[in-house]
Amino acid sequence: MNGAHDMGGMDGFGPVVPEPNEALFHAAWERRAFALTLAMGRPGGWNIDMSRFARENRAPIDYLSMSYYQLWLAGLETLMAERGLVTADEIAAGRPLHPRKDVPVLAAADVAPMLARGTSTERTPSVPARFGIGDRVRARELHPRTHIRLPRYVRGRVGTVELAHGAHVFPDSHAHGGAEQPQWLYTVAFEARDLWGDDADPTLKVSVDAWDSYLEPAQ
Amino acid sequence: MSNEHRHHHDHDHSELSETELRVRALETILTEKGYVDPAALDALIETYETKVGPRNGARVVAKAWSDPAYRQRLLHDATAAIAELGYTGRQGEHIVAVENTPATHNMVVCTLCSCYPWPVLGLPPVWYKSAPYRSRVVKEPRAVLAEFGVTLPQDITIRVWDSTAEIRYLVIPMRPDGSDGLSEDRLADLVTRDSMIGTGLARQPSEVAA
Repeated sequence: MNGAHDMGGMDGFGPVVPEPNEALFHAAWERRAFALTLAMGRPGGWNIDMSRFARENRAPIDYLSMSYYQLWLAGLETLMAERGLVTADEIAAGRPLHPRKDVPVLAAADVAPMLARGTSTERTPSVPARFGIGDRVRARELHPRTHIRLPRYVRGRVGTVELAHGAHVFPDSHAHGGAEQPQWLYTVAFEARDLWGDDADPTLKVSVDAWDSYLEPAQ
Repeated sequence: MSNEHRHHHDHDHSELSETELRVRALETILTEKGYVDPAALDALIETYETKVGPRNGARVVAKAWSDPAYRQRLLHDATAAIAELGYTGRQGEHIVAVENTPATHNMVVCTLCSCYPWPVLGLPPVWYKSAPYRSRVVKEPRAVLAEFGVTLPQDITIRVWDSTAEIRYLVIPMRPDGSDGLSEDRLADLVTRDSMIGTGLARQPSEVAA
């Protein structure tokens, strides 16, 4: 979706403000929201692409008004409501109003193994790579209303394949409950002038990681 | 909930307390429904507050600086090389290490959300997740660097890696002059979080107390 989350190249947000000796969490509730979000992955059964879509799929004014962990919280509430785990009336009431669903729970003993294992997105490719290192490719003009991981600032632009990462789960389908549909994933580097025009920083190169179906051959 | 946020954004203080109350209510509901184990929440928080952070990445860089064979393994397959030191898992399943040189300076961003290599750097700082950083570093990285107090030679290539998939990038900063003969532990003291994102440089030995 062409949402406010797709920020690359936007102007007007002001300076970056580093915070000396920044705390890991800036309020007690952020720490709780972080832990609740991670813990609810097991009973919820959603994947990272669903989580991302639940956070980004909102009105730009809301997305830009929320702090980072407020977005996490909003995404978590969306995902839980979609599955009937926790509903809006329960959050409003501050207590359970409906029976619990029979879902698995993350036990304390499972936390360390779960975090250490992670979730690999790499799959065995079913086809050879369509592009090789050094190939010139064009990022396609894709504007679905659904989840996509091709940022707007590279769409329609020509770059060079720099790395091939094997086949990875395709987020565009995975975010919406579809099959993993693994595709080859490439790192594609663009010259800044091809992204930002003649006034671009001549020393700058920018890359994105792009799935096969985001790309087409270019000369 | 969007209307609430819109309304309360004009009143930062009340928004914060409302969010605080909302999170407390949510934790109560999830605990009472038996969806979360309070001990698991504690374990999650303790992990990221005490066990996982940029010190992990600093050890990786220090080893790469002092062990040429390790550096080669890191550049060839960072995920495996980093796993040798015990750092694996969530948000670090597929890591690529990119090396700064006198000719190229690397920087990492996630313009779409906040992708970041958790096992080596911990959780990202607020500025990394912020709109100013996400929007600008792909277009005007030198201006962004200046806001971090970093000025690079005008002819050095700036290479920005936008983490749009599950590949996570770790910048290997240049080893500072005058660091010959330092132990890996002392070298790790020179490696800052920002130097591994590319918004900073490694510290000079003189900046670190003996």
